[in-house]
Amino acid sequence: MNFETTIGLEVHVELKTKSKMYSPSPVAYGAESNINTNVIDFGFPGTLPTVNKNGYRLGVMVALALNAEIENHTHFDRKNYFYPDNPKAYQITQQDKPLGHDGYIEIDVDGNKKKIGVEELHVEEDAGKNTHGNNGYSYVDLNRQGTPLIEIVSKPDMHSPEEAYQYLENLRKIVQFTGASDVKMEEGSMRVDTNISIRPVGSDTYGTKVELKNLNSFNHVKLGLAYEEKRQAAILKQGGTIGQETRRFDEKTGETFLMRVKSGADDYRYFPEPDLPDFEISPEWIAEIKSTLPETASVRREKYINELGIPEYDAGVLTDTKEMSDFFDEAVTYKANPKLVSNWLMGEVNAYLNDKKIGLLDTKLTPEHLAKMINLISDGTISSKIAKKVFQETISNGTEPEEWVKSKGLVQESDPAVLTPMIMEILDNNEQSIEDFKNGKDRAVGFLIGQIMKQTHGQANPKVVNKILMTELKSR
Amino acid sequence: MDYMKETIDSLHKKLADKELTSEELTNQTLDNINAKQKDLNTFITVNDKAVEAAKKVDEDGIKGPLSGIPIAIKDNIVTNGIKTTAASKILYNFMPVYSATVMEKLEAAGAIDAGKTNLDEFAMGSSTETSYYKTSVNPWDFSRVPGGSSGGSAAAVAAGEVVAALGTDTGGSIRQPSAFNGIFGIKPTYGRVSRWGVIAFASSLDQVGVMSKRVEDSATVLATIAGHDDHDSTSSNEPVPDYRANLNKDMTGVKIAVPKEFWHEGTHPDVVESTKKALDAYKKMGATVEEVSLPTLKHAVEVYYVLASSEASSNLQRYDGVRYGYRAKDVKNINDLFVNSRSEGFGDEVKRRIMLGTFALSAGAYDAYFKKAAQVRTMFIEELSAVLDKYDLIMGPSTTSPAFKIGEKVDDPLAMYMNDILTIPANLAGLPAASVPAGLAEGLPVGLQIIGKPFAEQAVLNAAYALQEENKFYEKIPTALKGED
Repeated sequence: MNFETTIGLEVHVELKTKSKMYSPSPVAYGAESNINTNVIDFGFPGTLPTVNKNGYRLGVMVALALNAEIENHTHFDRKNYFYPDNPKAYQITQQDKPLGHDGYIEIDVDGNKKKIGVEELHVEEDAGKNTHGNNGYSYVDLNRQGTPLIEIVSKPDMHSPEEAYQYLENLRKIVQFTGASDVKMEEGSMRVDTNISIRPVGSDTYGTKVELKNLNSFNHVKLGLAYEEKRQAAILKQGGTIGQETRRFDEKTGETFLMRVKSGADDYRYFPEPDLPDFEISPEWIAEIKSTLPETASVRREKYINELGIPEYDAGVLTDTKEMSDFFDEAVTYKANPKLVSNWLMGEVNAYLNDKKIGLLDTKLTPEHLAKMINLISDGTISSKIAKKVFQETISNGTEPEEWVKSKGLVQESDPAVLTPMIMEILDNNEQSIEDFKNGKDRAVGFLIGQIMKQTHGQANPKVVNKILMTELKSR
Repeated sequence: MDYMKETIDSLHKKLADKELTSEELTNQTLDNINAKQKDLNTFITVNDKAVEAAKKVDEDGIKGPLSGIPIAIKDNIVTNGIKTTAASKILYNFMPVYSATVMEKLEAAGAIDAGKTNLDEFAMGSSTETSYYKTSVNPWDFSRVPGGSSGGSAAAVAAGEVVAALGTDTGGSIRQPSAFNGIFGIKPTYGRVSRWGVIAFASSLDQVGVMSKRVEDSATVLATIAGHDDHDSTSSNEPVPDYRANLNKDMTGVKIAVPKEFWHEGTHPDVVESTKKALDAYKKMGATVEEVSLPTLKHAVEVYYVLASSEASSNLQRYDGVRYGYRAKDVKNINDLFVNSRSEGFGDEVKRRIMLGTFALSAGAYDAYFKKAAQVRTMFIEELSAVLDKYDLIMGPSTTSPAFKIGEKVDDPLAMYMNDILTIPANLAGLPAASVPAGLAEGLPVGLQIIGKPFAEQAVLNAAYALQEENKFYEKIPTALKGED
């Protein structure tokens, strides 16, 4: 029996706002427990929510970037459930009329292009965090409570773990390029829940859906789904049935384990949030948001290839993250040669980041400094050997390249009027090398250049030196 | 100080003329409240910081009309540093860390918080009998209820403990006790007064209002507490008129509609008579009175109890014993903590409504109950607005009977709920509505209800003022207090 896999994904993405979705408390990480809270976050009696308009705006940006239709007349709903990290015992979300619907994400698996549908997107608030001490007590930290989230629900359009992986990769990239979120799985600003079922090929009803949790990377999503495909197929082949359950992926073994069996649907008693009036999203506002939407990764990639002459592969690497692409774009505005900027970013800069295991924005390098340094090489002010020194100084300490080069006396010497007498003197003192050159020993040239470089502390322009030296050698 | 004969204006004059300091007035007020507590049980907490606040007002100087005047606050309005219980065991030790917007506005006007008045638990009830702490009594007859849920505020005003009090009204909780106690009470348009800091019962219906013996005093307090609040997205930007200065008893040409359904079967004949007498008085003043029909009114009680209980079931989920309030002892796990804290912390009436609302919102019942009720509410709003397109005011009795006996209905929730039939319409439609004394039934006060167009509080106040000046009910001393001195 052959099986067909059906996968649907629910992705929660934190929206990058200064304050919470329904309260003015700051959104910030790593603070002392319960510091970024107020009476609203604590669910004190008499408190009321207010909508963070920027949070909603960022949600609309994400929806537009995912080609979704925006709901013009909408409201918030309450999702009711008890949990210690949920102080009101309801989450303010959008159930009835979500912010956006019917979008899609394009994927490309082994050359097969395909659109994966986005069923709907809605904004909601995050819960706090519970931790369990060794002393028998549990602790609640409400700093995260109320952080704006957008939940992106896919259609069950994916049929392999690889498709799911691609969907997530592209989703991450698209959302990241809107600037609406950091979308970092490792920091929890992007979270993935998956649903997977299999059915015999040709069957017109879906198999029983299994929910998979604890997926901390896209790779885990792929591995977990692949394990589930096999596990479910083995059960069906033996004539067994798949339980409607939630399973946990174990990253050590690569297997999935039963967390809980679902007995019927949870009843969250959704109803319209009476504390927040219905609201209109005007076509003008949508158009305004659309006009401020930054270019997507694929648009930028095309532009790099077609307008700046960057090789395809390199253009792909530059647009893998928004920070790299933004950095590149800004550096190019300082008139640096795009190809050289690309080479430096992909070469020295990436090597530095990998070595230090940090991100581009964690260094002191600015697009302006990188561009200036490249321009110093292009106009012959410094040699590429000196450039490596300048680069280390600039990326480690944020030093301005032009001034540093001047103050350290690293400017390349290219003036023939300065170099010629120096070369003449060296030739006069090295008769043997001239003899060797005449006898066809090329090594002699290298030796002579070395002498010149030694005398100029490496600052002589090698091209100019070479030209003068060859002319002089031939004439002797 | 006995407020029987005083008004905000007369007190303000004494304070401004330095005949009396706010400290003296506040001390007398607290003494009077404490002396009457054993008979009337109107307060849950008397504010022991009131005198301190009064001294400060004296130091700063008497300014606006409320400056230095003690006012009573229903105990479901949160007051920073003053215990706020909503008359529930679950908030028996709750000390707020912030104040409701209405409290900040009163404080800015120099008013003194005399203390927190008794109510039905979480404002769910019509008699104060569901309060965890005490049952207040009616100053006209100590064996009768003061009505509810703002029964403590109403009885405190009627007994002359304070000149005015804040109440809240979700289905009649200001108007019904005002009628039962022979005082004036107004529930403004939904959105007229901020709900920030008002312990939610049913968010789409709750509204803060004012109770006083005289219409003028409610006008003054309402103008102080009304207005937009950034904390409350449902509050309105509509400008707030100077209700007190605009007060005017000219009823010439005012068009009054009386829904025939307001003559509900079983209405006490004296209530009918007092109401008709009031309507005749308006005709004599130059108003026109015509009968209209509100056919959907017959469903109002069902619609109200489904919607209000649904919202309440969600609003009251936060009382879980985790962060504040009552927490059950000796629990083994988080589920026990939730269940035991709530089982021990809530009273029967609150539990009844939580169950009703939880059911109405549940997956299998939502369409037939919550959704249907919301649809009927919309129909009813349209029906009322069609009437108000043609008429300025809607009038009828505030209640079907005068105050009932303590214990008479407490075991019959349905009879208790039916008690709200005449007051619920204004809440469902968010309209301003008041009750003004209209006469006596078996020696007990009866109220005339006046409902206005959205944000037409002035028209409601004016009509009430016209009747007040006609019958001068405020001159009557509640019968049960007459023997006292």
